Amino acid sequence: MVEHGDVRVVHKGGSKINFREPALSIDSRFLLCASGECVKVFSTSTEECLHELQGHTDLVTGVLLRPSNHLQAYSCSLDGTVRLWDFTDGIPIRTYVIGYPIHGIYASAKHEGVIFIITPMHTDTNSELFQLVAVHLPQSGEQLVEARELSAVLSNVSSNPAATAFGREGQYIVSAKPLELEVYFFKKQKSYSFYLKKDNQKGGKNTFTCITCHPTEDCIASGHEDGKIRLWRNFNHKKEYTYSTLHWHHSAVSSLRFTPEGTNLLSGGVESVLVQWRYNQESQRDFLPRLGGAITHISVSPDGALFCTSHSDNKITIIQSCVKVSAVIQGLVKGDGIRTDLMIDPRSKALVLNGKPGHLQFYSLQRDKLLFNLDIVQQEYIHESGLQQFEVVMAAFDAGGSWLATVEERKQKDAELELSLKLWAFDDRRQSFVLNTTISAPHEAQITALCFPHVSDGQTTMLVSTSRDGHFKAWQLAAPAHTEADKGLSWSCDFVGAYHSLVPERCCFSADSSLLAVSFQEVVTVWTPASWELLTTLSQPPGAIRDLCFGRLSCSKYLLAATTSKLLCCWNLLTCSLEWVTSMDVSLLRADPLSENMAAFCFEAGSTDLFVFKPCEPRPLFSHKALCSGRVTHAVFAPREVMLESCDESSQWLNSSQLFFLSPSMDLLTFITKAEEDRLMASNKQLVVSDDVAMTPFHLLLGKHQKQQQDNPQQESSQSVEPIPQPSSSAGINELLQMPAHVLPSASFLCSMFVQSLLISVKDPSASEQNKEEEEMESEKEEEDSDGEMESRISRPEHMPSGGQESVCAAPTLTKEEARKLRRLKKLDHSWMKGLLDK
Amino acid sequence: MGEFMVHRVRFFDYMPSAIRAMAFNAGTQRLAVARADGAVEIFNFADNYFQEKVIPGRSGRAVEALCWVGGRLFSAGLNGEITEYDLEKLRPRYSVEAYGGPIWTISCNNQGTLLAVGCEDGTVKMFEILEERIQFQRNLDRQKGRIISLSWHPSGARIAAGMIDMIRIFDAKTGHATHRLLVERGLGTTRNTEVVVWSVAFLSDDTIISGDSAGKVQIWDAATGTLIRNHLITKWDVLALSVSQDQSSVIAGTSEGTVVQFQALASTMGQENSQWVRTRTFKNHSHDVRALVHTDTAVVSGGMDTQLVVRPLLDKVEKNTRESAMRKILFPHRNLVCCAKKAGLLLFQFPDHLELWRLGESNMQGQPGDILPVMKKPEKLLQLQNKGDDHICCSAVSPCGGWVAFSTVSSVRLYKLQLSNGNISINKVSKLPKELHSVYQLCFSSDSSRLFASSAQASVVVASLDQLQCRHLHTLKPKSGSSQPIHLLSPSENGKWLAAANTDGQIHVFNLHKLKLHCTLPVYSSCPTAIAIHPTTGHLLSAHADQQIFEFSLKLKEYTAWSRSLQREGLHPLWLQRDTPITHITFNANKPAHVFLHDLFMFCIIDQSLPLPQARKKLYNQMDLKTRSPQERMQESHAFKICKMFQHLLSVDLLDNSSLVVVERPLADIVSQLPPPVRQKKFAT
Repeated sequence: MVEHGDVRVVHKGGSKINFREPALSIDSRFLLCASGECVKVFSTSTEECLHELQGHTDLVTGVLLRPSNHLQAYSCSLDGTVRLWDFTDGIPIRTYVIGYPIHGIYASAKHEGVIFIITPMHTDTNSELFQLVAVHLPQSGEQLVEARELSAVLSNVSSNPAATAFGREGQYIVSAKPLELEVYFFKKQKSYSFYLKKDNQKGGKNTFTCITCHPTEDCIASGHEDGKIRLWRNFNHKKEYTYSTLHWHHSAVSSLRFTPEGTNLLSGGVESVLVQWRYNQESQRDFLPRLGGAITHISVSPDGALFCTSHSDNKITIIQSCVKVSAVIQGLVKGDGIRTDLMIDPRSKALVLNGKPGHLQFYSLQRDKLLFNLDIVQQEYIHESGLQQFEVVMAAFDAGGSWLATVEERKQKDAELELSLKLWAFDDRRQSFVLNTTISAPHEAQITALCFPHVSDGQTTMLVSTSRDGHFKAWQLAAPAHTEADKGLSWSCDFVGAYHSLVPERCCFSADSSLLAVSFQEVVTVWTPASWELLTTLSQPPGAIRDLCFGRLSCSKYLLAATTSKLLCCWNLLTCSLEWVTSMDVSLLRADPLSENMAAFCFEAGSTDLFVFKPCEPRPLFSHKALCSGRVTHAVFAPREVMLESCDESSQWLNSSQLFFLSPSMDLLTFITKAEEDRLMASNKQLVVSDDVAMTPFHLLLGKHQKQQQDNPQQESSQSVEPIPQPSSSAGINELLQMPAHVLPSASFLCSMFVQSLLISVKDPSASEQNKEEEEMESEKEEEDSDGEMESRISRPEHMPSGGQESVCAAPTLTKEEARKLRRLKKLDHSWMKGLLDK
Repeated sequence: MGEFMVHRVRFFDYMPSAIRAMAFNAGTQRLAVARADGAVEIFNFADNYFQEKVIPGRSGRAVEALCWVGGRLFSAGLNGEITEYDLEKLRPRYSVEAYGGPIWTISCNNQGTLLAVGCEDGTVKMFEILEERIQFQRNLDRQKGRIISLSWHPSGARIAAGMIDMIRIFDAKTGHATHRLLVERGLGTTRNTEVVVWSVAFLSDDTIISGDSAGKVQIWDAATGTLIRNHLITKWDVLALSVSQDQSSVIAGTSEGTVVQFQALASTMGQENSQWVRTRTFKNHSHDVRALVHTDTAVVSGGMDTQLVVRPLLDKVEKNTRESAMRKILFPHRNLVCCAKKAGLLLFQFPDHLELWRLGESNMQGQPGDILPVMKKPEKLLQLQNKGDDHICCSAVSPCGGWVAFSTVSSVRLYKLQLSNGNISINKVSKLPKELHSVYQLCFSSDSSRLFASSAQASVVVASLDQLQCRHLHTLKPKSGSSQPIHLLSPSENGKWLAAANTDGQIHVFNLHKLKLHCTLPVYSSCPTAIAIHPTTGHLLSAHADQQIFEFSLKLKEYTAWSRSLQREGLHPLWLQRDTPITHITFNANKPAHVFLHDLFMFCIIDQSLPLPQARKKLYNQMDLKTRSPQERMQESHAFKICKMFQHLLSVDLLDNSSLVVVERPLADIVSQLPPPVRQKKFAT
């Protein structure tokens, strides 16, 4: 057993961004949202995460702009601290230690130097009672400040931050308990309570769910369990208070917000429709439907230009003036449960799992960003609880990524199981999967496993599915016999296999696809797909087979099986004999496609351990005790784009692939080596460049140059693959030509930059002919440089590689002839180049 | 409690008439309600919403609007006449033709000097209110299109008129139209249909509020004639508006059966300027809300579904009091059923006819709770159609079943019935004494030899009945009678006494042998709703609108000991919380201590020999008692034995053969006879 300190488990993206209401900066350019233990700052226009404000040691439970300084933000956390940040630069300013877990934070411009937090009433117990506490923040220049001046304002409030709100100009604070509305006036130090009956006659539930106050008038809007919105007025009277009722939502209203001027009221709920009510003209309302998952929070930017809605599918939608969705910040969708396995799309190298109901999500692990959703079910999802709708339960990619098989099912209470198997072909033209074949009712019972053979030439023609009905079926891609050939290929059933009417659980193809292993409870049967003969059976009773896996590369003769009787068996298929057996409770077995390594997740004493080993030698290469509590049921090896060159034995297994797994609490975790971590830190620092500087062509030219002069030319280009808006070269030229001469830098300097910006990669075949002239003029060295540029095209402009540096040296070598050609080029229309560059 | 064979009668097809207009007199706390059949009812809100008076309708007289001027009640209708009612004689006093075609609305200025009516021909006509009558004064500028609604400015200087597609403001002095407020039509397909301003309200701060057929409630500035705010509250019509006394709240009734409240609220605390904000919505009706009244503490609404609903505003009343309970007044607070105890006949009174039914019979015996099969089905013996346009105001059948009498505002008719083995013959008594021309209540003596009729000036006419003859015997008059009409008459079983109660709360007892006043009971503040004289003890029992019960000994001319103890201990709180009055009292000859009373939702037997219920004990304990041992039962039982098995009771009476007649009118039957309500989109249908 070897354990090494330099490989550690880290969170790799996918944390919740919809936990609390996000805050929008005053100029609507930044969005701050609590995400796990850090606060993420997103750009509202590019959807990119600019900074992660790290420092809290527990779940962040609230983010709030500081009312007295709109460039600073407070964040509060269960770790009992409130932190003040400069979010534009990502700098922590101050930490206030409160000492109690904080569940929510409020502040108002009228209460200078005071914040209001929600803390449990009894610190020692996990009580359900919470109180609203005013905290006087001490004035101090120190980094770490203890705030001990606390005074309780309201007791017995809800821990839900949406159930408390400040009223007009901070004059009063409103808190909703399940059936009571309490208004506390600061000036009079008096509170009024208004009660609702538990149920009205029609069975509507009157429980408060959320609350908000009108910014300029004395009006409180409250959302209720039955979908009603009540507008309370005259609440400074014990008896003569009054409310009016608005009703559009059919189930609980989860968020309410007034626009900054108070002209509109926004509401959202399970229906995933943003409803905009005209204040005082409530019969007029606007809808923005089909936003995705249920709306959990709504926030409005202080200038009213942007709304943003958080959704239950871990998404933040940014909406411009209630008509247009301008940006979507999508985290990893973690719905009610991951039914499919984790997979890697061989083409996009994206992590694939089911996300939105009826969809597969493609999630880029490098960029921590959702690439796209593939609609599998292709049916309208009805946002209502209790409905049984089609779900994607299984999916599989073939080795080349040209076929995708999916299984969807729906089980209604008294109806039969509805199953369908869909096969999707990758369409090169559309760069997406296109439905090729739908097989309804492929099996009579639930499908337990799907498997494509590993074919090296990329022409997959077979799929094997196993089902609880006791059969496994092989599906063949072939032209339908009775139709014309031009109809195209489709999938049909080729073979149905069974073994002693036992239920098949797992299936697996060997590395060269010459063998298919299907596990029937405690028996492993080995078949040849060529003739569908049963070659042999392997069995190691007692205990049914839980997972089955062939070795890879040099170990492809080994077949590994994990059984429920806490055994991990390894058979040698050449001798058909048991090679070795060890006793461990393996819940999941994964093979690295690029090496012989296998990962086994073992459940031991309430937590999961990981062992990495090669089948040929029963000795773990790496082991990690207690990865996380509970059983790990989803894991995948993701091939690296660039091989790591780690020589350390314990981290060698991470060289070709990275292992990702989902913890039972649905966190996506991975392993990282020390060296990699250091490298990432370094590149992260580099990334902290001001996004504020406007992207003018002049900046692109000049800024790039300055950067390159500062940067070490030897430095490797960053691994980041974010696409940048490529500046249109012709536009840049126009800009240059129109600029007054006296503000331009020296012509020799500009010229080289200019030529550089016009260069086209030699690797681009379509462009090569047209650019022959230029190419001839470039030296061999410059050709290499343009290679470098092609690589860097997918990186940020600030990190232009060494190419520019070289061309500075080349600049004085420009002859007159070249200059003339350059001038001629200037007159040409270069817009076609932009198209090429973008491609 | 005793066991009875119960005739459960459900064949009384009484159908209340839709409410068309209402007017509230805040000074006297009287609400006038006009129904579609022309009847006008007066409710006393100070006296537990008791229906004091009913002025019978007349076919062809459709009341479109009502208006109180002081204590005088005016109505106008589509027949083009303005009518003033005589609230003492319960009949129209006079009618004045306005000569402007059908009249849609009538409105009186705050000063009570002028009456404005809006006519079909586009004129607003002013009538001067004189002491005894009204006199035409002038026409305001004639407009194109009918005048649908009118509202005076509280100063009386201006008047707003709702018309088709617009609102006009007139100067009351010059009669010229000063402003024209154009009302927008509805959207979509309704754009081509003209919009009717069903109701306007002119407030003292120069705000006009209008409700129209496009479903809008609009707030206008009358000084500039501009629209301030537009509230779309329904897809259908806004039919009625009513403003509270302090003008801080307005309610609007819609075709969907909802009543929407608007309140003038300051947008920020402590500021003066207020704006009209839509606040509450009440849904108590299934059909059009045609008439609305905003009293100080409640919203009173009525409409097509015939119910009068009093919905208290909870911010204006104390919680959990009598005022905070919602009331629905479904049926008249008087008896429409008369039972011939000896003959087993039932007389049902309808506005334009009478029906006489013979009860069914069953010869089976059964356990308590069993439903006996009916051997002989109930039989409709007779349907007496009223001649003329006036509706029937009262009717009676004699206990022997031999006589039937009914009355309209103008005449009394008396018929002699002869029932002989299935054949029925009816003879009208042609010659009636001239004293019997306009009566409010009729009843027969228990031996069917006398007819009593309450007449004008609180007098009671006594007539003797003989074979096809009716002779006037005497007119009984109290010494210092009030001029209010007598609405209850009750003779004693032995024919010695006759009790008469009027709406002022006075109860007079006459000695029929001596034909003179025996005594007058002390006047109680609440109006009696039912009176009866005990057959053996000769005590007079009276039930009042505030649910109090008194027993008065006619011999000793004082309240009995039982009545005193009842007053001393007080009635049970649940008894006092009931919201329908006791409409009939009867006695069981076999058990003298038992008194039968009923209201709409229960009937009760008061056993005067048992102790009164304590306030903390259960009032409704009959089911509870059944399960207990006899000894416990004795301890737990109390004088009030209440049965809620039968609902919507119009009559409970005890026949001479000790079987009980229960006349029910299930609400579902009434709802099923109503026209279909306006179509509304219901979510998830």
